[in-house]
Amino acid sequence: MVSVSMTVNGKAVSADVDPRTLLVQYLREHLRLTGTHVGCDTSQCGACVIHLDGQAVKSCTTFAWQAEGANVTTIEGLADPNGPLHPMQEAFRENHGLQCGYCTPGMIMSAVDMVYRKGHELDDQTIRHELDGNICRCTGYHNIVKAIAAGARAMKDSAPALKAAE
Amino acid sequence: MTATGIGAPVRRKEDLRFITGKGQYTDDISRPGETRAVFVRSPHAHARIRQIDTQAAAAMPGVVAVLTGADLAGDKIGNLICGWMIHSTDGSPMKMAPHPALADGKVNHVGDAVAVVIAETLAQGRDAAEKVAVEYEVLPAVVDPGKAQAKDAPLIHEMAPNNTIYHWAIGDQSAADAAFRAAAHVTRIDLVNNRLVPHAMEPRAAIADYDAGTEALTLWNTSQNPHVARLVISAFVGIAPEHKLRVIAPDVGGGFGSKIFIYPEEVVCLWAARRVRRPVKWNSDRSEAFVTDAHGRDHITHAEIAFDANAKITGLRVRTIANLGAYMSTFSSAVPTYLYATLLSGQYQIPVIHCTVDAVYTNTVPVDAYRGAGRPEATFVIERLMEVAAREQGLDPIELRRRNFVQSFPYQTAVASLYDAGDYDASVRKALEAADIKGFGQRKRDAERRGKLRGIGYSNYIEACGIAPSAVVGSLGAGVGLWESAEVRVNPTGSVEVLTGTHAHGQGHETTFAQLVSERLGIPFENVSIVHGDTDKVQFGMGTYGSRSGAVGMSAIVKALDKVEAKAKKIAAHVMEAAEGDIVFKDGKFTVAGTDKSVDFAGLALQAYIAHKFPTSEIEPGLKETSFYDPTNFTFPAGCHICEVEIDPETGQTDIVAWTAVDDFGTVINPMIVEGQVHGGVAQGVGQALLEGAVYDADGQLVSGSLMDYSLPRAEHLPPIKVDTTMTKCPSNPLGIKGCGEAGAIAAPPAVINAITDAIGSEDIAMPATPAAVWKALQKASAMRRAAE
Repeated sequence: MVSVSMTVNGKAVSADVDPRTLLVQYLREHLRLTGTHVGCDTSQCGACVIHLDGQAVKSCTTFAWQAEGANVTTIEGLADPNGPLHPMQEAFRENHGLQCGYCTPGMIMSAVDMVYRKGHELDDQTIRHELDGNICRCTGYHNIVKAIAAGARAMKDSAPALKAAE
Repeated sequence: MTATGIGAPVRRKEDLRFITGKGQYTDDISRPGETRAVFVRSPHAHARIRQIDTQAAAAMPGVVAVLTGADLAGDKIGNLICGWMIHSTDGSPMKMAPHPALADGKVNHVGDAVAVVIAETLAQGRDAAEKVAVEYEVLPAVVDPGKAQAKDAPLIHEMAPNNTIYHWAIGDQSAADAAFRAAAHVTRIDLVNNRLVPHAMEPRAAIADYDAGTEALTLWNTSQNPHVARLVISAFVGIAPEHKLRVIAPDVGGGFGSKIFIYPEEVVCLWAARRVRRPVKWNSDRSEAFVTDAHGRDHITHAEIAFDANAKITGLRVRTIANLGAYMSTFSSAVPTYLYATLLSGQYQIPVIHCTVDAVYTNTVPVDAYRGAGRPEATFVIERLMEVAAREQGLDPIELRRRNFVQSFPYQTAVASLYDAGDYDASVRKALEAADIKGFGQRKRDAERRGKLRGIGYSNYIEACGIAPSAVVGSLGAGVGLWESAEVRVNPTGSVEVLTGTHAHGQGHETTFAQLVSERLGIPFENVSIVHGDTDKVQFGMGTYGSRSGAVGMSAIVKALDKVEAKAKKIAAHVMEAAEGDIVFKDGKFTVAGTDKSVDFAGLALQAYIAHKFPTSEIEPGLKETSFYDPTNFTFPAGCHICEVEIDPETGQTDIVAWTAVDDFGTVINPMIVEGQVHGGVAQGVGQALLEGAVYDADGQLVSGSLMDYSLPRAEHLPPIKVDTTMTKCPSNPLGIKGCGEAGAIAAPPAVINAITDAIGSEDIAMPATPAAVWKALQKASAMRRAAE
């Protein structure tokens, strides 16, 4: 067993885990944060994307111990549970950017990271290229692309606050 | 139209939980004291099991039990079944081989389950599974369906000589042969409809829990039809009587057909949970999904179409070999027969059609329904034929189609389907306009200047949804009826819960069904909840597949709402001391005609429950009604999709530069959701045409067995998709709905291939049209041109 401690969604957590424990297993099974999903076993689908120290990371390909001391944000912590939704979450709902919802948490976490890296004016081509690591089987991506473009613009006003919150 | 009624693009009720990570998928559920199941699977396509040694595994840390097929047989657990009987042309029944949930002496495909380890943790289960020692005698494998019936092919199941499940036919052979003898022109093609792996993003999962006090089992599983799962597991597999088995399909992350079927894993979890007296959870990983989820398509077809001198179709002949894999999955037999050959007439008047289908066993994963199920295969046949025939006869492909369209309805096809309504030319006109066909020549010349090949391809598909009525599907071999149920519960405060036998796994029923109820009862959309997916809540239902939930499921709700209104009017008459015939219900209000006396829906609901103002000897208190609705016919959505591609001749890379979809789905409840269904369907069809293919090697190993090797469409593979609709109401159900879930996946493959073949000037291309395949086709075509010169 190894001991791990980190901050998840603003809360300090620690545990003794089997060294094989993946970060996604730690989040889902130990912390019961089941919003982060596992859709594949080859790091292709992106359903497991979370933010590790403010950057998008596939939590299925990260050991829990690799997040030692890190600041982790999952879909559950993207917005204050008592406040409004994150603009990207709202954009996915408004633009019908989800159907079965399984890939959605990873899509939203990747989308927010995309805005951090690429800014608030994202064209169709950029969004599609940047989404290479996230697979959706339901939507044909059409409305996900629309949602991300809209969410990126909506994040403009609240950008510093959102980033600082992580 | 109200803001939340029928036809409004209402934002979805279900989204809040999904965008905040609060969805409850099966793997998100955890039971106290649960154990984990890990399956030991065959690494061989075809082998006899000499012995299984479980001793070392059983001694590993955390292991609760190690179980094999012998234990399953010892407990008299029955086989999995295929629920649709097909008879061969000689009258003999299909050859359904035994399918035990754990292999019994022989394995028949890579991934076939041989044993299961039940352990305290997943890691301990995996460690122990590696210690299960299975000694195999490897047998030669049958992999290619085209060779499965050869005299020297290895035999997979003793009871199915020549690996043949059935030899089935539809249509009039001698009339078809006569049409071909008299034809002015005949077009012939050979096609392979490539084998696909469905890949809902949520892998399958199951948790079984046994309550020793009540001797009842509960199963949470990733199912599109929990009641059918309960029925099969109870009545055929014999795990528990139906009333002692509760099946819950919570949030399900996509299905596309693959979660209709009853699989070995959920059966084993239930059986093991009762044996070990603890909850047992299994969650498939993606690699396991590749070799256990039922695959789709996999047809080899030769097709011929005959024309008279005016390019009017005079006959169609089709021969298909359908690969059903190692065992017959739940509905596998119906897919290449009644869901395929009955649609071969397409949108056209074809006086005679004859089709034969040989369904064969191979040492591959079972094949069953995948989005479209049979209809994409039929559409690929007829729409490739039409395109090639137009080119051969020097006709515009749209002109050839128009010359042969079905024009008046109802239209009886030569293959049993009775088309009820449609206007195929209306979709074509709208699609040609939206795709700017007039500008295509210029776009092609511009592409040429950039060294690119530009092509355009059409697909005028038709499909059949909402398969019914039950007596008809029964006469075709179905073991079940295909009606749907609904229960409308009005609460005393006027809010409404609707219990439906359908199941949503991305389709948005919680929204669209609520739109119907809100409009019909004149109550706020927010006051309606839709309940589904739990056999303890919903009495019975047939589930969701084949785009049936709107046409059949919502019709059942309409019928139940009719009953609610009828009873409410009776109560309103007493409450307002008027004659029942004078009560008018409109905009959520019961009014006495010609007066200002009225009671709103919530007020009436309260009256129904307090029961103070009507004689309970005549009218029972309460307001709750149920309906079981059986439609009068299939529905027939149809439309026109146009695909425009640009190909780089240096690399063979195909880019889809534009997509236009114009579909006739009948009444549309929520256009936003319908458009989303079209987008997703097109993406899966484009995946089939350009990217996806399950590839087995000669030994039966799945070479494309991970998402590193099997290419699913990503955002960059797809263009923005233009979606529009036309509308002819479906006469077979009260709302006029036809269904939209499968249309894109059905329409897309021939549109893409017709566009590529238009661009490269060669018909010689198979799916998936990868860059390598397109490049080779280009090289071959230019070599042939050089040779001809």
